[in-house]
Amino acid sequence: MDYIDPHIHMVSRITDDYATLARMGCVAISEPAFWAGFDRGSADGFRDYFRQLTEVEPQRAAQYGIQHFCWLCINAKEAENVSLARDVIAMIPEFLDAPGVLGIGEIGLNKNTRNESIVFLEHMELAIKHDQPILIHTPHLEDKYQGTRMILDMLNGDSRIDRSRVLVDHVEEHTIRAVLDDGYWAGMTLYPVSKCTPQRAADMIEMVGPERLLANSAGDWGPSKPTAVPDLIFELRQRGHSESLIRKVVYDNPREFFAKSKNFRFTPRS
Amino acid sequence: MSSPADASTLLDRHFLEVRARLLEVAATLDRLDRAQGDVSGDPRKDQLDRAIAMLADPEAGRAERLQRLFSRAYSEDWRSQMEL
Repeated sequence: MDYIDPHIHMVSRITDDYATLARMGCVAISEPAFWAGFDRGSADGFRDYFRQLTEVEPQRAAQYGIQHFCWLCINAKEAENVSLARDVIAMIPEFLDAPGVLGIGEIGLNKNTRNESIVFLEHMELAIKHDQPILIHTPHLEDKYQGTRMILDMLNGDSRIDRSRVLVDHVEEHTIRAVLDDGYWAGMTLYPVSKCTPQRAADMIEMVGPERLLANSAGDWGPSKPTAVPDLIFELRQRGHSESLIRKVVYDNPREFFAKSKNFRFTPRS
Repeated sequence: MSSPADASTLLDRHFLEVRARLLEVAATLDRLDRAQGDVSGDPRKDQLDRAIAMLADPEAGRAERLQRLFSRAYSEDWRSQMEL
């Protein structure tokens, strides 16, 4: 089955992973800007990173027939440095018209601090000013519930936000309903350590239904599995779910959400 | 939306896996008992005890309740607390 991984950090993956994804049926990916495993020292470090996301990775992906899209921001962890964050936010518009840039992301919270919240709100302003969709990172482990509620408070508190153009990622059992009930898209991240398994993702699909729900692998530099979305497909098939339901979650929904961006030009496999 | 899977088939699939995980939990608790010192006052031990009790609750929604148990509290007036 053709599928789309809507949240995978391919800058952390070797080229062989692109080949594996292609063999597993991956036809498109979107790569949000994230923390590189170390704090970058200047806005120019982010400029180079954004060039990697908008120029290098699309070419690497294309060699394997995979269409590459991306999101730009300064991630929540480095957003603790508000001065640096403001320099990066000021530079992002240089890249917003580049092919494949879908919007602003993955913005969010990490430790749910005041500085992270300030930078989140300033990213929201950037997205609103430039009419961009938003992809949001929610914190992990004990910080997730509090952080997700804080993020929803900030989004819901601004009437200019079009909720149909916002994806709140890394939802789990205790946050998924609040995100969907408030009208946003929700992403489930399949991750071997700190997030959720394909089995629990299938459980959540059964609990809330497939509307406005996406699944991704994260596939970052930590312990992760870039082929986690095919694992979910397999789990849903084993339970007897229809091909149409599976396709909706792993292919139709990402296409529908990405189409909220003026830069999403996707060519389905014929 | 319900699951199309048959409960008996699911139990067949998951029985050994869940049995192994429960054994890991039991063995870890035994290990804590054998260890020097005392963690009975550690709030994490209390969380684990409450989590184990939650598993025995027949009401659905166990995973969500467990997630909430292991979550930091959310306060609706966080913005005023942070002066934001």
